[in-house]
This record gives sequence, C-alpha cells and structure tokens, in this order.
Amino acid sequence: MILSVRDLKVSFRTNDGLVRAIDGVSFDLEESEILGVVGESGSGKTVSLLAVMGLITDPNASIEGSIRYKGRELVGLPPRELRRLRGNEIAMIFQDPMTALTPVHTIGWQIAEQIRAHQNISKAKAMARVEELLAEVNFPNPHEAMSRYPHQLSGGMRQRAVIAMALSCNPTLLVADEPTTALDVTVQAGILDLVRKLRATHKSAVVFITHDMGVVSELADRVMVMYAGRVVERGSRMELFSDPRHPYTRALLGSIPPLTGEKPRRLPAIPGSPPSLLRLPQGCAFGPRCPVHYEPCVTGRPDLGIGTHAAACFRVAQA
Amino acid sequence: MIYAILRRFGQMLFVMFGISVIVFLIFFATPGADPAARIAGRNASPEVLEAVRHNFGFDRPLYVQYAKMMEKIFVTGDLTSFVNRGWKVVPAVMDSIPVTLSLVFGAAILWVVVSIIIGIVAAATRDSWLDKLLMALGLLGISMPVYWLGEVMNLITQSRYHDSWAFSWVPPLGYKNFSDDPKGWFLTLIIPWITLAILYIGIYGRVLRAAIIESLQEDFIRTARAKGLSETRILLRHALRTSLIAFVTLFGLDFGALVGGSALLTEVVFGLHGIGKLTYDALQNLDLPMIMATVMYASMFVVIANAVVDFVYILLDPRLRTS
Repeated sequence: MILSVRDLKVSFRTNDGLVRAIDGVSFDLEESEILGVVGESGSGKTVSLLAVMGLITDPNASIEGSIRYKGRELVGLPPRELRRLRGNEIAMIFQDPMTALTPVHTIGWQIAEQIRAHQNISKAKAMARVEELLAEVNFPNPHEAMSRYPHQLSGGMRQRAVIAMALSCNPTLLVADEPTTALDVTVQAGILDLVRKLRATHKSAVVFITHDMGVVSELADRVMVMYAGRVVERGSRMELFSDPRHPYTRALLGSIPPLTGEKPRRLPAIPGSPPSLLRLPQGCAFGPRCPVHYEPCVTGRPDLGIGTHAAACFRVAQA
Repeated sequence: MIYAILRRFGQMLFVMFGISVIVFLIFFATPGADPAARIAGRNASPEVLEAVRHNFGFDRPLYVQYAKMMEKIFVTGDLTSFVNRGWKVVPAVMDSIPVTLSLVFGAAILWVVVSIIIGIVAAATRDSWLDKLLMALGLLGISMPVYWLGEVMNLITQSRYHDSWAFSWVPPLGYKNFSDDPKGWFLTLIIPWITLAILYIGIYGRVLRAAIIESLQEDFIRTARAKGLSETRILLRHALRTSLIAFVTLFGLDFGALVGGSALLTEVVFGLHGIGKLTYDALQNLDLPMIMATVMYASMFVVIANAVVDFVYILLDPRLRTS
C-alpha cells in the first residue's frame, strides 16, 4: 500500500462561515496503480490531493483525518520532513503548463533545481540527468531544450517538461491534476501515452485528477467519482463503466457523445449546477439535481459503504 | 544586438532634440517670456531694451537663436551666461556633475540594498508584527519631506549633538572632491545619502513587498513548493526574481530624475553645489543658457537611465529577449 487516506476533511474559515471543501474522503492506492479521480469543478478533487501533498498553505485551512504514505502519517508532519518527501517521493503535475513553470529560468535549470534539492550531486551530473529525462518524455532535441525558457515552448512541450521535472527523482507516487485539460486533443493523447509508459518504467503509482470521463476510461485502473467534497462512487474501471450505480456517475457517462450509432440532437446534460459548499442541500448533496431522488434523500445522507465497488446512494443500497 | 543599440541611441538623440526644442520655445517664444525684459531689469527704457535685444541676439529669427545656442553647447562649448556675462556655462555644469552623481549614486546603492532587504523580510513575515512595523516605518519615511528631514539631520549632527561621541566625525557641510580627499568625500556624503535614501527606501520597500506577495500567488510558486524546495529558496529564486521587474521600472524613473536635478532639495540643505542647485539658481535669474545646458544634461541622464532599465529588463526577463 502506497497511500492510504482515511476520512480526510479539509475546511476553510471564510467570512461567510466554515466551508468544508472535503468531507470524509477515504481511498487507498497500491503500487503502480492508476487511480482516476473524476468530478466537476469545485467537487474537491484538487483540494484533496493538495492536502496529500501538504500544499494547502492557506492559514485559514484546517485538515483533519489521516493520510498515510507507506504507513507514515503525513497530517501534522513538520514542514521540513514533508518537504523531503515532496518532489522526491511524491511528485505533482499541474493543470496549466503555461503558468506552472517560473518564466525567468530555463527548463533545464528548473529540473536540475529539483534534483539538487533532494540529491547531493554535482551540477554537471544533474544536467546530464535532465537531458536523459527530457529524452524520456520525448523531447526531440533534449540538449537544446534544456536551455529553453518556458515561453519558448508550446503547451504540450511545457507539459512534458513539467512531467520530466515530476519524474526527476523517481517518485513512488505521482499526482497529476488535470494535466491534459489545457492541451489540444492530439497533444492530450501523447501525454496520456507518456503517463502509461512511465507507470511501466518508473513503477510509480498515479493519481489522475480529471473531469474527462474519456480520459479515465483509457487510463485508470480504479476510479473515484467526487461530488461536493465527497466520494459518491468508487470501483474498478470495468465496474464503473459497465455498471455505474450512482445517478451522478450515470449522468456523467450519459453526457459523453456516442462514437457509433445515431447522434443525439442534444447531449443530455445534468440539470442545475453543483451546490455552493456554503449552502449544501439537506441530505444527499446531489438530491436537487437527481432524477431518481425520493424521500430518504432529503432526510438522511447516504454513506459510501464498503466493498471495492460502492456508491453513496439510497437507491443503490435499497436495490 | 548592435542594431538594437544603435536604434536605441537614435531614439535617445531624438528625445533629447525634442526636449531641447520644447524648453527653448517655452523660454523664448511663449507670450510674456521676453528674456530681454528680464535681463534689462525693471523699468528699463525702450532704447535699453532694444540694445539688450540686439546685444543678446534676440532680434534674430528663433531657429537661428536655437541653432546658435545648440552650437555653443555642443560644438564650441563656449556658451556664456546671460546674467553673469563671461561665465562659461558648460564648465559650470561639468563641475557640478560629480557632486550630483556622488550624491545620487551613493543614495541609490543605499536605498536599493536596504529596500530589497525590507521588502523580502516584510513579504516573508507577512501580517506579522515585524511586517507591520517595517511598513509603518516605510510610510514614515515616505511622509517626511526631504528638506525638513535634512534640516533635522543637520540640527542633530552639526549642532546639537555634534560634540557627542556619535556625531563628532561629521565634517562641516559642503562637498569634497573624491580625488583630493576620498575619506572626506565619503564622510561629508554619509548624512546626505541617508537623508535622500529614506524616502525611496520607504517607497521601494513597500512596492517590492507587494510585488513579492503577488508573485507568491502564482502557479509556478505552487510548482516550486511541489518540488520540495525550501521556503527561502522559493522566496529568493522564484518570487523575488520575478518581482524585480516592477522594482527596476521604478528605479529607472527615479534615478534618472534625481541625477537630472531632482535632488535639488537635498543639495540645497547640505550645501552641495550640484546640478539641482545650478538649475535652481539659473531659473531664479532666467539665465537661459544655463537652463538650456542643465536641461540638456538632465534629459540626457533620464534617457540614458531609461535605456539602461530596458537593458536590465532583458537580463531579468527572458520573455523580452526574442523579437
């Protein structure tokens, strides 16, 4: 077991009161496994993984629960200890490659900086390693790319540079926060291939955050669907795509345009919009948008339950 | 590269030409600004006025007057004062340049170093008592007028506490040439440097703090944290480095203006006969040749300072290098 998150709660103190961005999220991650985390914007996918990385720096945030990395508790770990893990054993790829790199340093410099932050090696050796890494993420001309500044590279190339940086210390756990969202479809495919290949070569476990069900269906071993700060369904990729249980998961899958057969005139959409975390509806947070909600959904809040394939829905529990 | 420098140089010449024409026109061609009347003095008879006008060449066409003046400043260098006839203007300006440069360079080093330290410390300890204290001190520095601060400094170091151990080293007011007496040069300038720098330390410290805090919100700072870098390194190599651009912009403007004569008040308070003092005296007497010469000198420095700033930009921000 690489990562084991139990009952993670993240809340922010705001002027309008306490906002619970993450409410009791639990999940496990095995070695070299790819976990897809799906959900709309604001569902808490990014915040939960930032909590794992110890990257929530907001002084108004409070984190409860347990995050165990290789059996070691990360919540409450002193910043210095956490820093030793971060970038070294746990690495992260961010959503927008346009802004994720410091504009005033070269790609090579920035990757070498990370290597030298964790390993005691010479500048020349670090640079040689950078060149290897850039070649590994398919830079056509790695030696030349090292002396490039971020603005001189295309979005896809920048994302490759960010990935090379994340891989520089051979992380056991890689957190990818929507790494393909800001990219063209063809570039996306290249990046997904890369993630798959790296899982094979580096044996890293990957948490892949996305709102794109298509990406999940291609990449993930297991999937976790989030809504309003909670996990509403989890299961293996097969289970989730062939037998979606939660109405939200079904609605998400329903909004993917079919590849074959007659094209629908309009794609089915989920009515309404995600609830404000300040004013969550009573009972099930998805209730007001749910096509099959009934009385128990208002009075109680469904639990996810146990088992590999589980959904937080009274209808499912009833069936 | 060479082309860019030449183009920049051409722009500088063009700006200086524009400034010289405008200044010339203000003093010679605006209604009511009759230099002959000022030189002849109050209640001068029309005959005297006419004589002065002919004598100084004010009866010739404007462009001839302009060309003559420029020739005398830049080519022959024998432009003489209208007020104090026979006093050569160009050497007078040359003599006061080292005074102003010594004052402004020293103060600039002081304010850049101190304000960078203050900006970093305040940004790193944001919202703490230390940050608040530094920002309050900065505001205090900005609020104190330099002539008042200078007089207070003089009062303390030259008179009230001059005999105490703390200030007995302070030499009397005035400027000493660096080549004659380096130690005296340094000692006489310490108090003026501090006085001039305090205002800018306040401004620059606050500006830098704000810029650093703003860049700490950027995505690449989160990347830097995810890399496992120390907070110090993130602050210095990523946040500060990207914040310096605003700082340099401000510096170019202020430095150019100060070298061009804006250090006047400091110069007057400390009895330093620099460019500011020279321009001020020339304006009092409407000494046109002197005004033209000092303005040309000032515009040259403002333009050079801006060119240097543009160059530093390119060093600081690789995004500006390709074009």
